[in-house]
Order: sequence, then structure tokens, then C-alpha cells
Amino acid sequence: MSDKIMAYRRDNGRVGVRNHVIILPVDDISNAACESVSNNIKGTMAIPHAYGRLQFGEDLDVHFRTIIGTGANPNVAAVVVIGIEPDWTQRIVDGIAETGKPVFGISIEQKGDLETVRQASWKAKEFVHYASELQREECDMSELWISTKCGESDTTTGLGSCPTVGNMYDKLIPQGITGFFGETSEITGAEHICKERAINEEVGERWHAMWKAYQDDVIFAHQTDDLSDSQPTKGNILGGLTTIEEKALGNLEKIGRECKYIDILEPAEAPAKGKGLYFMDSSSAAAECVTLMAAGGAVIHTFPTGQGNVVGNPIVPVIKITANPRTVRTMGEHVDVDVTGILTREKTIDEAGDDLIAMIKRTANGRNTAAEALGHREFSMTKLYRSA
Amino acid sequence: MSNIPQLLVHDHEDNVGVVVVEDLKAGTEMLCVVTHDNSSFKLTANDDVPIGHKIALKDIAEGDTAIKYGEDIGKFVGSVKQGCHVHTQNLKTKRW
Repeated sequence: MSDKIMAYRRDNGRVGVRNHVIILPVDDISNAACESVSNNIKGTMAIPHAYGRLQFGEDLDVHFRTIIGTGANPNVAAVVVIGIEPDWTQRIVDGIAETGKPVFGISIEQKGDLETVRQASWKAKEFVHYASELQREECDMSELWISTKCGESDTTTGLGSCPTVGNMYDKLIPQGITGFFGETSEITGAEHICKERAINEEVGERWHAMWKAYQDDVIFAHQTDDLSDSQPTKGNILGGLTTIEEKALGNLEKIGRECKYIDILEPAEAPAKGKGLYFMDSSSAAAECVTLMAAGGAVIHTFPTGQGNVVGNPIVPVIKITANPRTVRTMGEHVDVDVTGILTREKTIDEAGDDLIAMIKRTANGRNTAAEALGHREFSMTKLYRSA
Repeated sequence: MSNIPQLLVHDHEDNVGVVVVEDLKAGTEMLCVVTHDNSSFKLTANDDVPIGHKIALKDIAEGDTAIKYGEDIGKFVGSVKQGCHVHTQNLKTKRW
């Protein structure tokens, strides 16, 4: 198989597989103006979200990283940023502008929504003309940044769809892609294995300290019961998963047999240590996790599911993989890669990994995923604690 | 059809396996495959068990550890007979 793809090379050298013009709110109260602009100008997409006011400290840092990272993602050609006030709006504009892509910021105070929408719409129209003339060019598969997170897992994910992703990483990480995995709470029960998969002891110890801090500061500080209603989820339990340990061991199949992670990322942080696999400290909730990894710079997301999670993302194509024949039968419109043959022993993990790589390539070349075709654009901010 | 397993087991050390077909009925003699090395054995299901749910590979006592992937996945809070359904009614996390 050729390892070339046709994709968009951005000014900063990164490779994108989509060419979105996005209208990005700094905060919740700017959603309406953003949606008005995207209604006015065809070929743009507003990305509304729930937060951005009165946040502070580390929680505010995560917010800024997420918004800036979303705008900076190579799947995005150009960005209009709208916020209620100028300072934070400009901070986001400056962050995105470092990529070299066109970005325009405007704030609503002392203008009102209507004047803001008028100015922003003119700029958005200019950006659509710009983006629509950009051409795909030949790039190498190894230039892709590919993330993974599973959802609505069941026992078939640990048997089939997660090892399929793991096989893909075992094949593509050595070729030079950048990979992301995470889901901090969902490693519980397999932390001894995850720690061993670090590139060296120092990274492993840092990973373990991060995981332990999550256990102590989040789970044990806030739990009111044994979490048996949340992790595993009700959907996991319906699918046959009984304990977090069982779920975690299946989850970790996504990093295959050989690859080692080279660094640990904060939520929405971009990798900075070169090509390889990274662990991102992240929620195990699907939309939150995919949003953080997209903000970190992933351009394609691989998503194993058992019971049938339907999540998508506004800017990153989410490829769904399942080994569960009931899910293929009852909700096949959500499935991009059917690996049920692993359960019937008619397909090996190695063959399924090749199927996924072929689908990654088709997706990079432009094939819309099931989630894209069905309009799934979930964008969920991670919130660390209450706003001021 | 005869070559298609009803139950998959990750590892030889495991004491539970996963039903991978729909509508498995009690009394079915299952073809069980250990994915680690593709070896197989036969086991009779003693419950109707939904796809994705687990079955005990041997008689298990309350307090025993459940092993899957060759790893500890929790403690049995009830005894289970070989071939019977293993889930939240008899297995619980050791973590939280």
C-alpha cells in the first residue's frame, strides 16, 4: 500500500485532512453571534460551547489551550474568533496566528451582536474564498497525527476493536506518525501495565504520579459511592463489562504490543518531543476526550466502540471501529470499519489493523466518516472546577 | 458454522470467557477459543447469556479473584458454577 495521501499542508508545516473555516466563540455568550455568522456565510462552521467566563488558574489554562488548539489544528484553514470582550479574544487570536493561518478576532462589547456579526461575516466570506482555493497536495502518511479513545465499550472492544487500533499504532508509530491515547480514569486496573509501556523509567514514574494524583484528587475526593454507576458506565455493563479493571485492560489494548509512549501531555497540550506516542491526561467521556486531543493537534481520531457510541467532532474525522455484530446489525450507519470477523476467527488482528490503516488513508484523502455524514459535531470543554 | 466459536478466552490463566454470539441458550455446547494461541476446548453453557457477557470456565468460590487477560479484574462476591453467567451479581471491582 502506498504511504502517500492527498492532504492540506499548512504554513507551519503540519498536515491537515479537512479544510474548515470555523467561527469560534471565546465564551458561551458569544455563541449566538458565531451561529449568526455561520448562517450568513456558507462553508463556515460555528463551534458553540458552554464555558469561557470567570474561569481562573489551571482551569482557565485548559480553556485557552482548547480554544487556541482547535483554531490552530491543521484541519482548519482559517478562523474568525468572537468574544464578549477584547482582551481574551485577542489572546486567542494571537495563539492561533502563530500557525500562520488567517485569523480575525472581534469582540461584542460596545458594538452589539448585529454590528459584530456584520463585520465578522465580511471576514468569514473572505476566508471561505481563500480556503476554497487551497489544493490538496501529496503528503506522507507519517505526517499524520492520529488519536484514539474508545467509547460505549464492552467485552468485544478488548477482543477486537481496541487491538485493531493497537495493531495500527504498532505499524504506523515506527513509520513516524504522532499518536495520542489517554482516558486517565480508565487505566485504573491496568496502571501497572501502562507504567511499563513508557519509553523509560522517568516517564513511567511521571505517568504514575499523574494517574495517582487523579485518583486521589478527583475520584477519592469526590466519590459518593463506589462509582459503579459511572465507571464502568451503564452501557458498558449492559455490554458485559463488570469492573473498571476489566474495562481498563481492554482499553489499553489500543496501544498495541510494542509502542512505547514518549511523554505525558496536559489536557489539550500539543506534543513537543517529536514523533511518537503520547499519553494525554484526559477525561474518559467521549466528546471531552476527542475535543482535547483535537486541540492537541490530532487530525484523525480512531474510535473503537462496542455498544455503539455515536460521537463525532466538528474539525476532526472520527473513524468508528466495532467488533460487535449486534452493533453492526442495529446501528451500522455509525460504523466505518467492521472487524466482527475477529470474533468469528475469520479475520486476524493483523488483517483488521490493515483494514483500519486503509480507512485512515481514505479518510485522510477526503472520505467523510459516518460521524461526519450524520452531522456529529460534539465539542465539549473540559472543566476542572467551578468558575469564580 | 461449526468453526465459529461461541466463547472467546483471552489467556490460559483466565477463569472467565466472553460470549461472542447472540442468543446463546443454556445447554449449548460451546466451542471455546483461547485467542492467545488459537487453542480450543468445549464447554456447556448453563445459563442464557447475552453477547459480550462472561461465563465461568470452572466452579468459582466467593472471594476468589476473577482472571481475564491473565490479569486480576476483581473479586467474586458470590460463588459461580462452571458454565454460568458472571456479571455484577457475582463480581465486583477491588478498586473503588
